[in-house]
Amino acid sequence: MSFGHYIEVGRMDELGRMDSPVHRLDARVKALATLAFIVAVMSFPRYELSALMPFFLYPFALMAAGNIPFGYILRKLLIASPFALAVGIFNPFLDRQVVMSLGGHGISGGWLSFASIAVRFALTVGAALALVACTGIHRLCAGLERMGLPKVFAVQLQLLYRYLFVITGEGLRMMRGVELRSMGRPLRFRTYASLVGHLLLRSMDRAQRVYQAMVARGFDGRIRVMRPAGVGGRDIAFLVGWVAFFVVARLWNLADGLGRIFTGAGL
Amino acid sequence: MHMADALVSPAVGGTMWAASAGLMAWCARKVRRALDDRMIPMMGVLGAFIFAEQMINFSIPVTGSSGHLGGGMILAILLGPYAAFLVIASVLTVQALFFADGGLLALGCNIFNLGVFPAFIAYPLIYRPVVRDAQGGPRLWIGAMLAAVAGLQLGAFGVVMETTLSGITDLPFRTFVLLMQPIHLAIGVVEGLVTATVVSFVLRARPAAMPEPVAMGRDAGGLRRVMVGLLVAAVIVGGGVSWLASTHPDGLEWAMAKMNGNVGSGAPRDGVHQALAGVQEKTAILPGYAFKSKADAPRPEASATPPGQWPAVSAGTSVAGLVGGLMTLFLAGLIGYGLKRRAAS
Repeated sequence: MSFGHYIEVGRMDELGRMDSPVHRLDARVKALATLAFIVAVMSFPRYELSALMPFFLYPFALMAAGNIPFGYILRKLLIASPFALAVGIFNPFLDRQVVMSLGGHGISGGWLSFASIAVRFALTVGAALALVACTGIHRLCAGLERMGLPKVFAVQLQLLYRYLFVITGEGLRMMRGVELRSMGRPLRFRTYASLVGHLLLRSMDRAQRVYQAMVARGFDGRIRVMRPAGVGGRDIAFLVGWVAFFVVARLWNLADGLGRIFTGAGL
Repeated sequence: MHMADALVSPAVGGTMWAASAGLMAWCARKVRRALDDRMIPMMGVLGAFIFAEQMINFSIPVTGSSGHLGGGMILAILLGPYAAFLVIASVLTVQALFFADGGLLALGCNIFNLGVFPAFIAYPLIYRPVVRDAQGGPRLWIGAMLAAVAGLQLGAFGVVMETTLSGITDLPFRTFVLLMQPIHLAIGVVEGLVTATVVSFVLRARPAAMPEPVAMGRDAGGLRRVMVGLLVAAVIVGGGVSWLASTHPDGLEWAMAKMNGNVGSGAPRDGVHQALAGVQEKTAILPGYAFKSKADAPRPEASATPPGQWPAVSAGTSVAGLVGGLMTLFLAGLIGYGLKRRAAS
């Protein structure tokens, strides 16, 4: 995790605090719709490609209506892509059965399933990022807690998130100090170990002080959110509408149908 | 070693979700019952610490690479298994949500691989019995090293199992195991070394910061029995259910492929041997290793499935699919753009 990466999380936090029709929706319906989306996308057979395309509508719509910049989500996607693609890249070499032809060139099943993995990666990760960007951690946690997430864990998530900026800043300051004193030499193991040990001790002290301050201000183990969540007609419509769309798009290949109409291949 | 959504089937992802969620609920109850006030901020801050320390790298001599602490073991040592498991789960959740590291469907797998093994296997079954109340010295080093290596080996094997059962990648089980386990042996050694060093540093610098090993020890006996039972049940149920769920359709497809006479085409083998020459060098030392023997993985469907969606190699249908796909993508983008304009005005 680099410095840039850490700054980017702050950006995510800002996006989560914005106000838009999507931000105002109940966190629970957004979480459920996103879960339905991911399950629908991942339940396709391995060689599916065209039928996945209609599913791009969901993350695109969330980002557009929530005023989330596309470029930002795309950049995060690219940073995270290596692992999924590294495991998938073997498919073209292992599965060389030709399953479709395009303009006289045979395309092997491996390339098709690799492309399918790449598309699924973009869909699932894009949707999850869009969900967080247009909900924000606190509303998301409050929503999940009402859906049965253990309270201890919800508080843990929110505190971790809150401390993330503090402790990472602490770590960065320590790193800067070491770098200024070491004249470009890479960190040696012994220095590293005491650096991490000190960071650990400082973090623990920080935890103690912050907690005392929180208790002094009346913290009772719950974090309250400003916009109280309540499921209204709009929320129900959002959930039902999207789930219906996922079911339709899962059962019928909408992209293929559209292509047939336009190429005149017949339905 | 975070798994991504794109490689996990809903059956495997759902099963691992259920297993991890059950464990989380159980740990949450345990933690709430034993909750010492100071534990709440300590858990939050140590989760943040894991993020921060992963930014700090040290150079590994000779190899030219660098290493850092993963953190599962140190959390278990500092917080005990239950709280450590919740912290690891929260770190992975934040990584999945904010860093796109891992994914939502794969989150259950990741929590299981990176949380259960260090917190409930490596810590109570290896670290505690070996280290006992040692305040440093060889016992601490050996215990941390063994526990870290075992935790990471099990975790890496979990990744291989879950990926193979999901059946989305073609990577054969054996090749994947032979790639993952040695890499994670090296990572485990580094992890153990760093864990032991940091723990002995804290013990020297501020012994009071470490939890009293006596209290943990008293708990460990009961915990061990419960955990082993629970884990065996989880593995049987999880493994059985997801195996059934993922082999059934595959078996069906395989049977269809057989009827079409597509099984047994030798083509994939040569290609594989050329393309994976590096891997082949390692795997060739195994007697009887051949890509033909894939009984251990839901492999048959991989090379020889004429998928239902592409019933015949007909240029017409393929082009229609391609054109339609591109057009839908364009349409989805257009609708998004329209919504954005509306939201902006």
